Amino acid sequence: MYDITIIGGGVCGAAIAMYLSKYEVKCCLLEKENDIAIGTTRANSGIVHAGYDPEPDTLMARLNVRGCELIEEICEKLNIPYNKCGSMVISFDAKDEAHLHKLYERGIANGVRGMELLGKDALLEREPNLAPNVTGALFAPSAAVVNPWRLCIGMAETAAKNGVDFFLNSEVTAIEKINGAFAVTAGDKVIDTKYIINAAGLYSDKIAELVGARDFEIFASKGQYFLLDKTSYGIVNTVIFQCPTEKGKGVLVSPTADGNIIVGPNAESGNERDDVSTTREGLDFVAAEAAKTTKLIDYRENIRSFAGLRANSDKPDFIIGESALCRRFINVAGIKSPGLTSSPAIGEYVIEVLEDCGLILTEKENWEYPAPHIGFAELSNEEKAKLCEENRLYGNVICRCNVITEGEILDALENSYIKPTTLDGIKRRTGSGMGRCQGGFCGVKIHEILRKYYGVPAEEILWDKDGSYIVKEKVGESND
Amino acid sequence: MKAMTKRDIVIIGAGPAGMAAAVAAYEAGVTDILLLERDCEAGGILNQCIHNGFGLHRFGEELTGPEYAGKFIEMLKNTSVTLQLGTTVLNIENKIVSAVSVENGFEQIEAKAIILAMGCRERNRGPISVPGDRGRGVFTAGAAQRYLNIEGYLVGKKVVILGSGDIGLIMARRMTLEGAKVLAVSEIMPYSNGLSRNVAQCLEDFGIPLYLSHTVTNVIGKNAVEGIVLSEVGPDMKPIPGTEKHFECDTLLLSVGLVPENELTRTAGIELDPRTRGASVGEDMQTAESGVFACGNVLHVHDLVDYVSAESERAGLNAAKYVLGGCVKDDNDAIPVKNGADISYTVPQRINVANVEKSVDIFMRVRKKMDSADIVVESDGEKIASFPRKFLAPAEMQKITLPKVLLERARGSITVYAAEREEVKE
Repeated sequence: MYDITIIGGGVCGAAIAMYLSKYEVKCCLLEKENDIAIGTTRANSGIVHAGYDPEPDTLMARLNVRGCELIEEICEKLNIPYNKCGSMVISFDAKDEAHLHKLYERGIANGVRGMELLGKDALLEREPNLAPNVTGALFAPSAAVVNPWRLCIGMAETAAKNGVDFFLNSEVTAIEKINGAFAVTAGDKVIDTKYIINAAGLYSDKIAELVGARDFEIFASKGQYFLLDKTSYGIVNTVIFQCPTEKGKGVLVSPTADGNIIVGPNAESGNERDDVSTTREGLDFVAAEAAKTTKLIDYRENIRSFAGLRANSDKPDFIIGESALCRRFINVAGIKSPGLTSSPAIGEYVIEVLEDCGLILTEKENWEYPAPHIGFAELSNEEKAKLCEENRLYGNVICRCNVITEGEILDALENSYIKPTTLDGIKRRTGSGMGRCQGGFCGVKIHEILRKYYGVPAEEILWDKDGSYIVKEKVGESND
Repeated sequence: MKAMTKRDIVIIGAGPAGMAAAVAAYEAGVTDILLLERDCEAGGILNQCIHNGFGLHRFGEELTGPEYAGKFIEMLKNTSVTLQLGTTVLNIENKIVSAVSVENGFEQIEAKAIILAMGCRERNRGPISVPGDRGRGVFTAGAAQRYLNIEGYLVGKKVVILGSGDIGLIMARRMTLEGAKVLAVSEIMPYSNGLSRNVAQCLEDFGIPLYLSHTVTNVIGKNAVEGIVLSEVGPDMKPIPGTEKHFECDTLLLSVGLVPENELTRTAGIELDPRTRGASVGEDMQTAESGVFACGNVLHVHDLVDYVSAESERAGLNAAKYVLGGCVKDDNDAIPVKNGADISYTVPQRINVANVEKSVDIFMRVRKKMDSADIVVESDGEKIASFPRKFLAPAEMQKITLPKVLLERARGSITVYAAEREEVKE
């Protein structure tokens, strides 16, 4: 019997697992896919919002500002790509400027520190490549960019190291209430648990329905992006937002924590919950909007177009708390933007929620972060030389674009609590295949490393989700 | 950390360019040459090109890729060139090469001259923004070729190919021979981007349809490709609604162009030519940085490896001259070579006439297909040379050989342009 079962291995589930792992409780996390961080978390702008967007006195406002602080600390401990580059909301006319003032006031009310309203000259001095018709900006120095899936994996690894059980390929299909507890059918297992935390993202209303507590609805809202090669790094130095419209926070142009430039997203409604296709119209819209911010985006340098789905809900705020319709069933749902930023604060807040439900939580004595993974490319020449002497496999560069070595790939396989089994699993942990060739060169090599490590036939190695085999069949077998 | 080693010439990449440069530099009298290769054998991309058609110009015989590479590997054996495999160069700064390998770990080598011969890579789905689902099954043709010819696996059984570049055409035939069904090759331009001989031998001989003025407008299949949609494009290259054709397939191969791999060139702070996306070089293949030379596909994408070898031999020879003190870099006296009408690039980008012995070869690509045309060299409004051509196409690299006597007539700069001939009826 588990005390607590978390449903969903996205950034919220992972954060909740990490904070719960600090206490003497038996806890597990169920994820339907073959890896964590594989839904909304992986197709995210990666922006750590400062916190001037949400209306004051909402959960969103409180958790955003707190999450912004916590992420910095977590990234430092776990060596997760993070860059506190600050953000700008830019204005083009008097109406926009009025909006900047409103955001500034809201930021003050929400406790955002260090904001400044910049005039045109001060803005262009910091961001010389912006369109010449900008009139000013709201600058927020506490905003940052983070690698979203690395944040999720880092928190999940911390949870796993400190005793949380992770079950992958475990889709929840039924929940039964038995004697004041739950029996959760997940994949081929049945998990008995006293509490459930529903962090199922796009599917959280469907999970609530399993206990007869669907009192909210989730709507998938698609956003499409371009990710530009590192050669474009520096066209902007901070996260550049345009003033929000009724369609969302608007298209942003931003550096990423990994040194690329991201452009997007648009906001589409009425999507299927698993439709992450890109469309010509969507991408054209993003490019047209981004052109208002800067003319310097060279789409020949695009290395990947992708789409993500926001888990919007029919409620204005995050839905976090014990369900009114089912005791000990705690929803963490409708985590729209700024969800990624808020995630660690959500983890912290869920502890309060559980205590309010009557759970008694005692802190563990020896909780600690796992050892951070080494990124070879970040090291100095002396450190590189030393590491290669200690382990020669760091001398074998597998991913050319991002200089990811065999040492790092084996580290991800051998020293992960939640082991990657797919090419994308390796990519999410090491950054391989994320460069300009998008795995064209290293895919073959990592495929080979995976099949040797797991001792399985080549045809069984997956790119990503189930069914995403890489090679179809061995040639010439029938002739041998 | 190990002490820095010193070498006369360090060559980066032991593909066809690096090997030819190494042999030529050795033959020109430099014996202290280090050839660095990241793969576990020399030969570069030739090793996975098991089809024939290589070497007709260079060796007067038709060879497979590995055979062509083998000739140079043999030549290297008779030199004092050190071939160091499994070594990845991390950066180049002030002619100091930082590299890493399993064998030596991290090392730094100071070179008198460096030859950049890193080759090119395939353009993939990103720059052309093919819309649709993102399931498995979208490969560059070269990646599929590597899986098939080196690893021994077919990536799919029902294939559509986007782009009619040579690798795509070769793979259409290759996958067909291994039992896959190639349903269509789609080309956005109104003509193929591959060599004419490949269109005939790889598509026509196998009854594989080539859809000109068509592109992929959707990829269907959430976790794995299940189908793709082709649409016809208008003269503006935009898809025409209502022309969609649906193909049920498990794989989409992309053969949509090659991009010189100049990441190291950038770390060295060397100026790139936006037209070739390679370094800008003089007639001696020397880049803007003194003593750093470039050749092969890292400089500009060639159509035939035979021309890569020839160009790289020139780079090797001049690097040797540089080391031995016979080649003085003086770009102030160099005359720029400019693109005129219908020329998309020229290499070299500048010529120092004093360094030219008898003549200089200028390579270029044209912007459009032309039947019967002249490639004209002009300087200061005066035509100094004209080269008739029966046929010009962007897929086929053009070379003109400009004698020194004509070059000496140039004033300030020269401009190269292509002019289609008016048909004169007899």
